[in-house]
Amino acid sequence: MTPAEPVDPPNPPLSRSARHRNQIIAMTGLVTVWVLLWGTLSWANVISGLVVAAILIAVFPLPPVTFAGRIHPLGMLRFWRRFLSDLVVASAQIAWLALRPRHVPRSAIIAVPLRVNTDLNLTLTAEALTLVPGSLILEADRTTGTLFVHVIGVNSRDEVEQFRRSVYDLEARIIEAVGSADELRRVRTAGYPNPLAHLEGEPT
Amino acid sequence: MTLDAVLDIVAAVCLISGALLSLAAGVALVRFPDLLTRMHAAAKPQVLGLLLVLVGCALRLRTGVDITTLVLVGIFQLATAPVAAHMIGRAGYPHEEIRTDLLLTDELAAHLDRLAGERDEVRA
Repeated sequence: MTPAEPVDPPNPPLSRSARHRNQIIAMTGLVTVWVLLWGTLSWANVISGLVVAAILIAVFPLPPVTFAGRIHPLGMLRFWRRFLSDLVVASAQIAWLALRPRHVPRSAIIAVPLRVNTDLNLTLTAEALTLVPGSLILEADRTTGTLFVHVIGVNSRDEVEQFRRSVYDLEARIIEAVGSADELRRVRTAGYPNPLAHLEGEPT
Repeated sequence: MTLDAVLDIVAAVCLISGALLSLAAGVALVRFPDLLTRMHAAAKPQVLGLLLVLVGCALRLRTGVDITTLVLVGIFQLATAPVAAHMIGRAGYPHEEIRTDLLLTDELAAHLDRLAGERDEVRA
């Protein structure tokens, strides 16, 4: 089967100030990596890092990712605490499934239409999903903001639905950490959307 | 007991548990029934195992220059392991290596069918 044909990105073109902001974030990230690679914080490292970062950004321009929100320290802390404990639980679960004698784990592939359809949220949720218990990202549909998730170790439809809700909880934690006010409102008021209504509707 | 000795013990515990987790990931790779379940093994215990080994190394080395490199390794592992799993899962998805008889539901197949149907309509 052929993969889906490429479609126009859902994001509007960025304004000048937003592009500027993106460049500053990218510069900061690149300089940080550079300084960490050298291992010592000195003016020489920072300045050479700035030069390298400027060249990289000029030669390999980043695709426009809209970062509309801001960092919420408390939400960030909560996300990381939960994420690290989830990573430990996930590893223990897989190790147990692997060592358990005479057991073939059942799984499922589910579609989860996210409530906030931005590239950033889609990426972060997909990344985090792969490292929390039970789930693995299989495919992401940008136009509808839908993640297709492979779930391991489920035994009934009820458990599948329960898992779908836990994906929404993860999305909510990410939005609480880096979302804008508008996205926060959407996540808080939307509750758990009905996936079947979405799947039967026309994709936009 | 000196602080150094305590740090050494913690480092040893981290290194051993990290190695055991990596071993479990290896066992899972052999024992799991299909491609997608195996990707779970490559993504989770392997990442945590590596992170624990890195923490163990950092506690044992205790020099700034080395620790910054270890931090970078950890960050890139966290960022790239899910992407690798995604790429392999996506490339291998409609394939006989994937045991559909073990799947409770497959909503991606329905989605791909619908996309293919829409393409046919456009062509007609």
